[in-house]
Amino acid sequence: MRRVVVTGLGMVTPLGCGVDTSWARILEGRSGARRIETFDVSDLPSQVACVVPRGDGSEGTFNPDQWMEPKDQRKVDDFIIFAMCAAKQALDDAAWHPESEEDKCATGTLIGSGIGGLSGIADTAVLLKERGPRKVSPFFIPGRLINLASGYVSIEHGLKGPNHSVVTACSTGAHAIGDAARLIALGDAEVMVAGGAESPICRIGMAGFCAARALSTAFNGTPTKASRPYDKDRDGFVMGEGAGIVVLEEYEHAKKRDAKIYAEVVGYGLSGDAYHITSPSPDGDGGFRSMSAALKRAGMTPSDIDYINAHGTSTLVGDEIELGAVERLLGNAASKVSMSSTKSSTGHLLGAAGAIEAIFSILAIRDNVAPPTINLANPSVETAIDLVPHAPRKREINVALSNSFGFGGTNASVILQRVIN
Amino acid sequence: MSEIGERVKKIVVEHLGVEPEKVVDSASFIDDLGADSLDTVELVMAFEEEFGCEIPDDAAETILTVGDATKFLEKNAKS
Repeated sequence: MRRVVVTGLGMVTPLGCGVDTSWARILEGRSGARRIETFDVSDLPSQVACVVPRGDGSEGTFNPDQWMEPKDQRKVDDFIIFAMCAAKQALDDAAWHPESEEDKCATGTLIGSGIGGLSGIADTAVLLKERGPRKVSPFFIPGRLINLASGYVSIEHGLKGPNHSVVTACSTGAHAIGDAARLIALGDAEVMVAGGAESPICRIGMAGFCAARALSTAFNGTPTKASRPYDKDRDGFVMGEGAGIVVLEEYEHAKKRDAKIYAEVVGYGLSGDAYHITSPSPDGDGGFRSMSAALKRAGMTPSDIDYINAHGTSTLVGDEIELGAVERLLGNAASKVSMSSTKSSTGHLLGAAGAIEAIFSILAIRDNVAPPTINLANPSVETAIDLVPHAPRKREINVALSNSFGFGGTNASVILQRVIN
Repeated sequence: MSEIGERVKKIVVEHLGVEPEKVVDSASFIDDLGADSLDTVELVMAFEEEFGCEIPDDAAETILTVGDATKFLEKNAKS
């Protein structure tokens, strides 16, 4: 199969707009969590979220007007604007702006979302009930559909290759990158713009995840302490929003145009738990099998792994199950691996999580540094694995594995490797 | 321009994101102001909202320019 490399990165996260801003703030150990102020949370058990900082675009703030015409912003939910923002960054970073028909047709999009336009669906449902069907906008459907993130990006940049999407809850971003890499490996495209976008921070989104008992509720007064993977005081995840998008490219195609190559996508594994709609299987077998499949695809053994970006959402049950699966996978190699959860800083971006975390894994390789797990004051279990508490760890990182697990018992693992010329 | 004409113009500028000077009576929503078929549906809804009237589909199909809209609303506006 053909080799696939990463040549462009783009993101908007609760830590800021842009890869450099988000990465610098991750390494500083900052948290994107704050009290929700854009809607009433007084009756919600969880009142904190990791919110993208809006502003005029300076100091790492996100200014939607820089990424989408105001007249078009009105038509869509924020996840699409986030996707437009991250996709433009990634394409600019890759210096890939196809102009010939051949190049356009060789470039595709595969951007997913866990939920899509939740807030727009909720608002329109109320409008329909209160004022009737004639008040429903013609942009209601195209502005909420999950694959319209890919659709808008494809139209904006003239990308005429595969126009695809993926919906696998919190595994979405990882599946999008893995599946897009396969499309390139199999020859369906030369370049793919791939990742995830999510905008779930609205009343119905918070109410829904609260009802599922998934969110942190004990840190409403100290939001930056709420996301604390592996810590004994963790009590649920902190909702996040944003997008992460990469430009994937066939290796020879990238070399021929002298593109900057960040890393190679060498492994991708998928599995199902077949156990429960929201809880991971207690033996961690699903995660174990997705990691094993990714290693097999990469032709690697566990001792080849330097860094793991964990799914690690800060839920009571999930963190330890994943840790157990990783320990089982690594065996004697556990003590040489660093594994952190960047969700401690960004919160959980659901369908965008796997994509931003693949990017953080790529940057970990680039800079030889493992980003920290913040708020990890007292680990709830003992492990030989370095969980990178509080501060980043400078160390050699040539191979990184990123895990993403989703509701429905869906698991994805992506392995990235430094490319040595 | 009439008071209704001014209000029509304001809605068109807001919804289509066009320069105000382009919004003249003879301007076609689709050919001159860059609207697509969905934009025109939304424009008609915005006119209904602003002027408190219902614009039936067969009437909406005849509203192709800024002037068409103003003329129709000068006859049918309720607010």
